[in-house]
Amino acid sequence: MKTSLIILLFFAAGVLAGTLDFLPAALNGKDMSTLALYLLMFLVGISIGADDRALEALKSHGLKLFLVPLATIIGTFAGVAAIHLATTNLLFGESMAVGAGFGYYSLSSIIIGELHSEALGVTALLANVMREIITLLLAPFFVLWFGKLSPISAGGATSMDTTLPIITRASGNEFAIVSLFHGMVLTILVPLLVTFIISMI
Amino acid sequence: MLEILFLMAFGILIGFFLRGKKRAVFWVEKAILWSIFLLLFFLGLSIGGDELIMASLPSLGLNAFLITLGGVSGSVLAAWATWKFLFNRKKRSTQ
Repeated sequence: MKTSLIILLFFAAGVLAGTLDFLPAALNGKDMSTLALYLLMFLVGISIGADDRALEALKSHGLKLFLVPLATIIGTFAGVAAIHLATTNLLFGESMAVGAGFGYYSLSSIIIGELHSEALGVTALLANVMREIITLLLAPFFVLWFGKLSPISAGGATSMDTTLPIITRASGNEFAIVSLFHGMVLTILVPLLVTFIISMI
Repeated sequence: MLEILFLMAFGILIGFFLRGKKRAVFWVEKAILWSIFLLLFFLGLSIGGDELIMASLPSLGLNAFLITLGGVSGSVLAAWATWKFLFNRKKRSTQ
């Protein structure tokens, strides 16, 4: 939670510095942020590869575990497709790319901002921050209305870290492993799906 | 675009060899956090300097809200179906 706030503060500081225009234009270098994105993706890969918790969870629970992230992916895309007509000035693929952030707002907004447009990058940032906040606030209600897997699905990629404590409190400690595994699968898939959808637009 | 995916796959491969090396993973995670800080600062910077985007923030926010509403509603419904038909079967038959 604290980390999320610091991340958003850095973004806000950037917006402020941009509007006040007090940083030299040279700092606004596109090449530099492309290189930083490459570095980030490489590092994210390392941390995923070094983490053996997903494999351990799979060994103890079996392939059934994959059904939860699968449900999240199908549900999210179906829901975004259904609501797309209500959005303004967005192509279908753009809505889907934002939805494919699955709450992982830092990475999805950076990738979309870099590969597509800054405006859609901001949309992805806002949408996926909202997804995390909604999950934090509504997890207990989701359990009541939609069963114990629902806060995990709502949390998307964040179900392995920022929303994990709330999820275990709402669904029970026995769902910690399901939640962790779900978040890890989506964390790996977010860069793949977002990049793929952006390339289809 | 492909570069991103190749770099990530290459990272995962290297990550396999770093399993159990807690110190190395600690520094990798620190570096990830700082790259995210920097990149989002840069994203903010180019947005703040772009009057067109700043002026359209309310409509971007509304779009973002709608997409989240659709995505979260769809995923909790799918999770409900998964729960009801696949995960909770044992319990239902004993009730």
